[in-house]
Amino acid sequence: MPFERLRVIALRTLHAGPFEFVLAPGDCLAITGPSGAGKSLLLRMIADLDPHEGEILLDCRSSVSMSGPEWRSKVVYSAAESGWWLDRVGEHFRERPVQLAAQLGLRPDIFEQAVASCSTGERQRLALLRALEPQPPVLLLDEPTGALDPDGKAQLEALLETQLAAGLTLVLVTHDPAQATRLGTLRGHLTAGRLIVSG
Amino acid sequence: MTPISLGPLDLALTASLIVAEAALSLLLGLGIHKQVTIAAARMVVQLLLVGYALRLIFALTSPALTLLAVALMAIVAVREIAVRPEQRLARAGNYTISLAAVTATTALTAILALVTAIRPQPWWSPQYAIPLVGIVLGSVLNSASLALDHVLDAARQRRPAIEAQLALGVSFAAATRPLLRSAIRRGTLPIINQMSAAGLITLPGIMTGQILAGLDPVEAVKYQILLMFLLAGSSVLAGAIIAYLALRRLTDERDRLRLDRLMS
Repeated sequence: MPFERLRVIALRTLHAGPFEFVLAPGDCLAITGPSGAGKSLLLRMIADLDPHEGEILLDCRSSVSMSGPEWRSKVVYSAAESGWWLDRVGEHFRERPVQLAAQLGLRPDIFEQAVASCSTGERQRLALLRALEPQPPVLLLDEPTGALDPDGKAQLEALLETQLAAGLTLVLVTHDPAQATRLGTLRGHLTAGRLIVSG
Repeated sequence: MTPISLGPLDLALTASLIVAEAALSLLLGLGIHKQVTIAAARMVVQLLLVGYALRLIFALTSPALTLLAVALMAIVAVREIAVRPEQRLARAGNYTISLAAVTATTALTAILALVTAIRPQPWWSPQYAIPLVGIVLGSVLNSASLALDHVLDAARQRRPAIEAQLALGVSFAAATRPLLRSAIRRGTLPIINQMSAAGLITLPGIMTGQILAGLDPVEAVKYQILLMFLLAGSSVLAGAIIAYLALRRLTDERDRLRLDRLMS
C-alpha cells in the first residue's frame, strides 16, 4: 500500500457523487468527461469551496479538522477562468517566479504588466504559477491548457511533470484525452455525476 | 420674529403653477398631466395628515406615542432599504440586516444629539426627537441602500476574483475587504457631496426652512452644522453595519462565498 496523500470518501452534493478515491504523492488523477457532468463541481468540493457531504482527508487529516482557508492553502484549486484582484500581475505574487515563467514561455516583463493587458493564455499560465507559489501538497487544476497553443501546452505539461516527480498530487480536469493519457497516473471518467477511476 | 403664516389663498395661488403645468402638458401632448396632478394631490394629503398627526403628538407629549411614531418611521426606512437592491438575501436577509443597521445607527446618533447637544426638556420631547429621527433616517436610508446594493451586486460580479483568493487560502474577510471598503465609501458619497456643497451650491433644506420661518440665519446655520455632523456619522455607521452584515450572510463557517444565498 503506497503512502496516502489525498483520500476522498463518499463526497457528494445533490447533483453529483458519491465520489471515492485515494491518491498518493506524485499521483495525477486526470479526469475527462462531457461538459456539465460535474467535473468543476468535484474540484470545488475537494477545495471546500462548495458545500458538500462526505469526507476529504489530507495526510489522514480531515478537512473539517482545520479552517476553510487553512485547508485551501494546502489543497489549492485553480479555476478554468482565472480570477485577479489587483491591477498588476506582479502584485499577485509574494516572490516573482521568474524562472518558472520563462519555462512556460512567458515574456520576461510579464510581472510588470497590467492583468487586463494579458491574453487569456498568459493569465492561465500565470494562474498556475500563482497556485504553485505556496508549494501546496495537492493541486486541483481545471482545464489548465484550454487557451494554450501546442507549444505552450507542452511547456506547461513539462512543468507539471517536474512537480509530480517532486511529489505533488494533482487532480486534473481536461477536455483533451491525449493530455489525460500523458499526465495521468490514474484516469477518471465523469459522466452524469458518476466518476469511474481506472489505474 | 414670528413666522409669516400662510393662508389657504397663498397655497391656492402657488397651486396655479401645477394647473399651468397640467395645461402645458395637455397642450404639448407631454402626457404628464395626470402624474403631476396625482403626485401633487398625494403630496398635499400626505403632508397635511403628517402635520395634524405631529400637532397631536406634540400636544400629548407622551413617550409611548413618540416611540411609536419613531418606530413607524424606522420601519418604512427599513422596508425601503431592503427592497432597493435588485439582489435579495435568502430568508428575508435584506430586511433583518436593514433593521439592525437602521435601529443601531438611528438610536445611537439621535440619542447622542438629544442628550448632549440639543438637550430639550424632556430629552425625548417629540418636537425635537421626531424631526431629528426623520432627518437621520433619511440619510441612513440613502447610505445603507447604496452600500447594500453595492455589496450584493459586487459580490456577484467579483466572484472570480474573490474565489481565486479563497482558493489560495485567503480568508473571506481579507478577500472581501476591498468590497467592504468600496461599499462604505459609496454609501458616504451623498453626505460628502451634501457637506461640500452646503451653502455654496445649495442652501440645505432645514436651514432654508428655519430662515423662512423667521429664525436668525446664524442660529439656523448652527443647527444645520450639528445636523450635518449627525448625518455624516450616521451615514458611515449605517453603511458599515449593513455592508458588514451583508457580507457575513454571504459566507459560512468554512469561509466560502455563498452566492446561493442570493436571489435576484
